[in-house]
Amino acid sequence: MSLTLEKKEERKELRQVVSKRIAATGNYAAALAVKDADVDVAAIYPITPQVQIAEKIAEFVANGELDAEVIHVEGEHSALSAVVAAAATGARAFTATSSQGLEYMHEMLYIASSLRQPVVMALATRALSAPINIWNDYADAFGMRETGWIMLFSENVQEVYDNLVQAFRIAEHPDVLLPVVVTLDGYILSHTIEPLEPLGREEVLSFAPKRPRGYRPVLDPDYPITVGTLGTPHWYYEAKYQQVVALRESKRIIEEAGREFGKKYGREYGLIEEYMMDDAELAFVSLGATASLVKAAVDRLRKEGIKAGMIKLRVLRPFPVDEVVKALENVEAWATLNRTISYGAAIEEPLFTEIAAALAVRGIVKPMASFVHGMGGRDIFVREIVEMYKKLDEIRKSGRKVKRTYFWGVKGHDPEEDQAM
Amino acid sequence: MALSKPVRTIWDIPREERFAPGHTMCQGCGAAIIMRHLTKVIGKDAIIVQATGCVEVTTTAFPRTSWLNPWLHLAFENAGAGASGVEAALKALKRKGVIDPNRKIKVVAIAGDGGTFDIGLQSLSGMLERGHNVMYVVYDNEAYMNTGIQRSGATPLGAWTTTTPVGKKLRGELRPKKDLIGIALAHRIPYIATASPAYPTDMVEKLRKAYETEGPSLVHIISPCTPGWRIRNEDSVKVARLAVLTGMWVLLEIVNGKPRVTVKVPKRKPVREYLRLQGRFRHLTDEEIARIQKMVDEYVEEINRWVGEQAIGPVEG
Repeated sequence: MSLTLEKKEERKELRQVVSKRIAATGNYAAALAVKDADVDVAAIYPITPQVQIAEKIAEFVANGELDAEVIHVEGEHSALSAVVAAAATGARAFTATSSQGLEYMHEMLYIASSLRQPVVMALATRALSAPINIWNDYADAFGMRETGWIMLFSENVQEVYDNLVQAFRIAEHPDVLLPVVVTLDGYILSHTIEPLEPLGREEVLSFAPKRPRGYRPVLDPDYPITVGTLGTPHWYYEAKYQQVVALRESKRIIEEAGREFGKKYGREYGLIEEYMMDDAELAFVSLGATASLVKAAVDRLRKEGIKAGMIKLRVLRPFPVDEVVKALENVEAWATLNRTISYGAAIEEPLFTEIAAALAVRGIVKPMASFVHGMGGRDIFVREIVEMYKKLDEIRKSGRKVKRTYFWGVKGHDPEEDQAM
Repeated sequence: MALSKPVRTIWDIPREERFAPGHTMCQGCGAAIIMRHLTKVIGKDAIIVQATGCVEVTTTAFPRTSWLNPWLHLAFENAGAGASGVEAALKALKRKGVIDPNRKIKVVAIAGDGGTFDIGLQSLSGMLERGHNVMYVVYDNEAYMNTGIQRSGATPLGAWTTTTPVGKKLRGELRPKKDLIGIALAHRIPYIATASPAYPTDMVEKLRKAYETEGPSLVHIISPCTPGWRIRNEDSVKVARLAVLTGMWVLLEIVNGKPRVTVKVPKRKPVREYLRLQGRFRHLTDEEIARIQKMVDEYVEEINRWVGEQAIGPVEG
């Protein structure tokens, strides 16, 4: 909701720490965050639409603006392997990828989190082959939900930068020590120029200091330990449970980082963002840059007198279950809008299953539906989201049960047909 | 302290043991001998990155470990990439003063033949091509022994494995071994060597030189596998020695592209002597053995031409 006048004044004052406002693409913002965080090792393999992150970092290093080792790896599997090893040696380590590249490094995603190595990755979200498609959807990101990473979604270019700055602090926090991925919607954020207020190196390093107290690299000749051991059935399970607890408890550090970021720089971040939810009757849950479109739809619906609201998930992992439940508790009907498909699942839109389960175990059942749209970079128009809200309204009023995901915007297909299948 | 003096006799090999006992490697395992000597050479200030494989699973069953060095295992195919990451981190951290820039910390990658010749070849190639200061040690037992003796790109012609069984139509491995040294050479790295645990002074000296090399180095060591080669536990060193004496395994050193045979064999033994000790070659007929002999003869000729002398002599009559 819009800020009050006093708050705006306050923000202006806080902005004094900010030196300048520039125009930047999401990719440039990501590279800038890496530079400001004084990353020691970056290993990046080129893939569209992420390439400019690698190019820009290489440029910073070539110009002496960033003192880092850039490893020109021969593939994404090696990219993540190298940064995990670099982090284990005590370096602040970064990689970036997209789509097929993320799939190619998939094996290492689990190893990064299981070895508790605080690497930070930028993910320019993009559809998965086949057919080959370089445009935006969230299939790649949703494929890494089970890999034990902390996942932050960005709505705009500023959030790409801010999330990455916070990611270094969260990942390397001695109570966390987990890898963090920050998404930027392929093209929609990676290649779109928006205003950006970078904080500069001094501020970033004071907010996310390198090698914080209590953090020590695991590969140290003076304290040799064996990392990546064989875990027999006697011990494997215990290691896995520790990961469960670590990810659960990382929530506190993520919240703390978002709060302090707000205090220092005027842009506060929570696990979720609520938009027009105070009196909302119909709510959509979405994430990434798609959330901006939903907000625009909410504005239109409000003008029509429909009490619409929306929830943006900034953090997908650990899932902000209490926050989402609390936000949806008082609405009359809710739905999800996502750019990915969970093929063959009970409900084919994966965000929905998580939220429905979170509500159901608390005994909260109300009219609900799930929507898929925007696959492979298909544009989602605000008017279409308005229609989705109206569909949800109709479901609320009729009380009918929606058992399948609505695949909105498929050519020559009436999404209502799926319900009969 | 890493070994800094040249190794001429067995007495030059450090007494200190840095490969802790209690691991679960087989009796007579060639890789165990290699690891024991490797850790003597590299000393304390070395970070080891190891690929998945026999050595990894037998030395690190939590909560036990055989390693007195900082040791990292990521996955099967990425010892080269992991070592690249450690090396890059050391470089950056030294430059930034986080680690004492005068301290020498060597990065050592260890992998088997599967993790090197096959699934790890891309990662190895990247590491060599980018010129990382890493020594890469391959213990080559000529098949996927950890998973139960499946054929790899390093399996020699005619060898039985569980995926190249001896049947009525097909009789063991159909192709000769992949030329790893040729692949390493193509990357123009400063130091490449082959070694054998049957020649410990030669092996340790080569490991020492690989350690001293600035830039990527690769030491390819034959590693007899008692269950996989179907040999008696007490025969593994004997078999490793016969590989050299028959010319099937030539002890080479290639410094900046210049090759040299380090252990010359004036009179070769027939390959039959090497093959007959091993159950994996038991099925071979005289004709098939003659074919392998011919292949080795050609290989020896090629090596002699390459090093510019008759380093490996004719088969003794």
